[in-house]
This record gives sequence, C-alpha cells and structure tokens, in this order.
Amino acid sequence: MSFRAAVITFPGSNCDRDMAVAIEQVSGTAPLRVWHGDDALPQGLDFIALPGGFSYGDYLRSGAMASRSPIMKAVVKAAEAGVPVLGVCNGFQVLTEAGLLPGALMRNAGQNFICRTMPLTVENNQTLFTSAYEAGETVRIPVAHHDGNFFADEDTLDRIEGEGRVAFRYTEPCNGSRRDIAGILNASGNVLGMMPHPERAIEDVLGSSDGRRLYESVMGSLVSA
Amino acid sequence: MKVRVLVRLKPGVLDPQGRAVHHSLEGLGFEGVEDVRIGRVIEMDLADGTSDAAIDDMCQKLLANMVIEDYSIEKLGQTEPA
Repeated sequence: MSFRAAVITFPGSNCDRDMAVAIEQVSGTAPLRVWHGDDALPQGLDFIALPGGFSYGDYLRSGAMASRSPIMKAVVKAAEAGVPVLGVCNGFQVLTEAGLLPGALMRNAGQNFICRTMPLTVENNQTLFTSAYEAGETVRIPVAHHDGNFFADEDTLDRIEGEGRVAFRYTEPCNGSRRDIAGILNASGNVLGMMPHPERAIEDVLGSSDGRRLYESVMGSLVSA
Repeated sequence: MKVRVLVRLKPGVLDPQGRAVHHSLEGLGFEGVEDVRIGRVIEMDLADGTSDAAIDDMCQKLLANMVIEDYSIEKLGQTEPA
C-alpha cells in the first residue's frame, strides 16, 4: 500500500529532512515536500507532518509567523477534513498558534535549551498516532527545545485530560509544562502536537527506536479505516 | 499615525525570563525588587484613520497570543513629516 504523506518546510525548519527520512523508512514511500509559500496541498494526502526547527527565526513567538503562512490555511482545512496531522517541536508550536490545538508553548521554566532523551508515558493508546504502543508504556524519545513549556488554563487542562487528549506525558519534570504534558490531541483526535522528536528515534543506532511505532500507528489506522 | 502596542503575559502566567532578570537584579545588589515581568513593545506606523477595530484585530490575530498574553494600545499621534 502506498502511503501518501507530505512534510511542510518553513524558512528555518531544520528537522524536515529527518521527518521525511523517518516517514520513508517506516512506510517505504518518500513523502512529498511542500514549501510554506505554496497555497495548496497535494491531493489525497494520508498524513501531514510539520517538522521541528526555528521557523522564521522564532520571530514574535515560536511558530507565530509560520502559523500565518500561506500553506497553513490548507493545512487547517485538511485537518478539519480529518487528515492526520503531526506537529513535532516547532510543528507543535505552529499548531497551537494556528488554533488547531489548545494552549501555548512558552520558554522552558529553567530558561535552558533542553536537549536529551526523555522518558514518556503513553497516556492514551486509543488514538491513530499511538495504537501501536501499550497503554501506560514508557518510551524514550529525545527532546531538543527552548520553548516547550506547555501552558493552558486549568479548565482547559481538565477538559483535555478528561477527554483523553493527553497522548504523551513526561515521566519526570522536563521543562515546566503544566501537568508534565508532552503531547496533546485535538478534539477529533486527528491532530497531534508533541515536543519530543519521534523522527529522531526510529532505529536503535540513534539511541532509541521508540518513535517508529508512532508512524506505524498512523499507517495502521489507514489500513483498518 | 504612530501606534504603540504593549504585549504582556497575563497575570498568573509564569514568566521565566522575568524571573531570571529578577534574580540577576538581586545578584547585582539591588534591594526591594518584588517582581519582574517582561513584555514586548511593538510600534507601528499606520495610515491615518486606521480604525480601532482594525488595530484590535491585528493584536488578536498576530501581535499577541491571547492564550497567554494581554495587550494594550497607545496612540502616539499623527506621523511627523520626515
């Protein structure tokens, strides 16, 4: 089966190639590459990935400029139509700024850039991004960010927790994130934003292959759909 | 006309940068610093007659992130001739 994926590149993205390699290694099909200035996505996409990096030099706020770039209107439309959308790191920041996910990602509480492999708990494995994981399983996926401190007000936090929309949680404090949240879903479950980088954990030689199953989950959801 | 927008974190939102600056001020020996919060000033030169609603819209759609930030708008008068 062919897996029709697209990786969006913004000026200042720097994990887009890693994302493309990960998708190709897991799915066997190279994803299409889409530039931020395009105003339309390729037809019939199975999956859209927003990579990490420092789009627009993090001007104004991380992800703020990218979330208003031409291609994002098409990404929002595709997300609303149910296409699975993954935003990693800066991609997560872009998704919150675009209003596809609640909350905001602020400067890390300790002010430091954090670059290390974090243990994460899979909080919900009944999602199209996490079905290949065990519920409550601990996985190891690297983080590398300065602005990963997830913030939302208490009502929003209670709501997303109650709706099972926390996909991943740091098993130990990482960056000051409210409730140690590492990755969240939108209400319909087809948009996932996460600070850790699954594309950097797809083979053991990289230190972990725990990120692989995220892509396998997405592919599996298409087969079973 | 010149317009100055002040964007700041909402009360209750932790400001790690403000906290770091607070510590540094104390480290320099300044006493009585109770709290430090850091915001952002954006100055815009707008066509005369730009509506308040349009400026509000700019703030809400881009200049501030309404999840974590508040903004205030200060009008600095007409643009001076160059």
